[in-house]
Amino acid sequence: QEPQASGLPEYIKIVEVGPRDGLQNEKVIVPTDIKIELINQLSKTGLPAIEVTSFVSSKWVPQMADHKEVMRGIERHPGVQYPVLTPNLQGFHSAIAAGATEVSVFGAASESFSKMNINCSIEESMERFEEVIKSARNMNIPVRGYVSCALGCPYEGNVVPDKVAEVSKRLYSMGCYEISLGDTIGVGTPGSMKKMLEAVMKEIPLSALAVHCHDTYGQALANILTAIQMGVAVVDSSVAGLGGCPYAKGATGNVATEDVVYMLNGLGINTGVNLCAVMEAGNFICTALNKKTNSKVAQASFSTGTIN
Amino acid sequence: NVVPTSVKINLINMLSETGLQVIEATSFVSPKWVPQMADHTEVMQGINKFPGISYPVLTPNLKGFQAAVAAGAKEVSIFGAASELFTKKNINCSIEESLERFDEVVKAAREASIPVRGYVSCVLGCPYEGKISAAKVAEVSKKMYSMGCYEISLGDTIGVGTPGSMKEMLAVVMKDVPVGALAVHCHDTYGQALANILVALQMGVSVVDASVAGLGGCPYAQGASGNVATEDLVYMLNGLGIHTGVDLQKLMDTGTFICNALNRKTNSKVSQASCRL
Repeated sequence: QEPQASGLPEYIKIVEVGPRDGLQNEKVIVPTDIKIELINQLSKTGLPAIEVTSFVSSKWVPQMADHKEVMRGIERHPGVQYPVLTPNLQGFHSAIAAGATEVSVFGAASESFSKMNINCSIEESMERFEEVIKSARNMNIPVRGYVSCALGCPYEGNVVPDKVAEVSKRLYSMGCYEISLGDTIGVGTPGSMKKMLEAVMKEIPLSALAVHCHDTYGQALANILTAIQMGVAVVDSSVAGLGGCPYAKGATGNVATEDVVYMLNGLGINTGVNLCAVMEAGNFICTALNKKTNSKVAQASFSTGTIN
Repeated sequence: NVVPTSVKINLINMLSETGLQVIEATSFVSPKWVPQMADHTEVMQGINKFPGISYPVLTPNLKGFQAAVAAGAKEVSIFGAASELFTKKNINCSIEESLERFDEVVKAAREASIPVRGYVSCVLGCPYEGKISAAKVAEVSKKMYSMGCYEISLGDTIGVGTPGSMKEMLAVVMKDVPVGALAVHCHDTYGQALANILVALQMGVSVVDASVAGLGGCPYAQGASGNVATEDLVYMLNGLGIHTGVDLQKLMDTGTFICNALNRKTNSKVSQASCRL
């Protein structure tokens, strides 16, 4: 396969969000040593970035209460980034003290979602993030910006592409090196993905964009394909598709890393990721959580006993 | 589990109210081989036939064709493959022999003014042979099209295809069969179906096969999924502004009906997400 001939990127960076976004949204709270083992296994798969944990108050997110222990306990492989969420300055300082070398901030393109999720307006959240980003830049710590509800909001419904562009531009101008556009409730389709990216690409260079698609309506891979056809070269995913959707009971959330890698392999796009190794890590965490994988590739491969 | 005839008839009648224009009703194959379709005559005679909707049935040979026509069928389908091993294991003959068999059916169908749809299995991979050459897919498709099939449905039987292999295969097949006569039949065993369908649409294909609630597992990978869910497909096409005439809510209701009857969960993510229990 010749990705260049079809206008696709030659290389796509996969950002693995399973240990944070995934585990935060699973019903079971995972013991610290299991989290550490999962991250260590993922570090050996070739994934270039693994989102480790979240330095948020354990009052709000009990699943991430062990953030310090996890940060200090994991192996740090050279060439692998280990970003952590830092919703405010306090969390940022805590993260640095625990050894973090990259942080992320989480904005949204919807006022209602911002209010319900972090109890403030988009503007107020930006002021909070600005403090984090200023401190981070002073310490040469890269900051990734997330924009939730990029293709739809559980409260507001439709989200205007220009609003997504506005929030993204704000985060980028503040100093985020990359903006990850999240289809938080998975309602997006290739149609809305294209429109949203066209609006955002007017304000942000393509190389600074990532997509974070949820598979709640089964649209994730088609949406990711659309994004990479438009030149996006960074994709977020979660091993074994960890992390359900908090807004639709019983529905799925994150797209499975295995299924993304399978598609990119078939397109001849380089990711540096060893699919078998990811499937093994997925098998490990699913066994530990006593749950079935959400990855179709893993389901199909383990049942036939062969890996395609 | 073999589904009772009345449930099948009910399912098809419900599907007939969703706006779908083509509903594959049953298979006129010996119940010795396919017991789940043993009630083919009763189903064919029992369903409501709405004007404007086509109810094609599978007819693997002349005998099946004649039984189908006697039961009231107005459209038939034949099932070929791009893999010799798959053909041998599936219908116990070579590709060439299968085409001779189909030729009889197509000839008889044309005499009776009955349209014939041709399926080609294993277009993106075979459970026995592994990789399948696009040239072979084109060769079999061309033969079936020249025989007189009005449409060729290209099936990713084990769901191993990706947008890369789909694009490559279609580019070759489109040299021998006009795109207007092509359909894709994608399986979601590796989660690739919607992405593969999207690529096919981008190349001009405008006929897509799908199964309500994603019914039908993969016989080659125990516990793995098979057919892509019609609900998920319609959701994507709606989002792309592509007209299908299908009412998604009615489709979801039909999926709920058959899943309850089968006492199983749906394979459609759109259906799962829409159930806020």
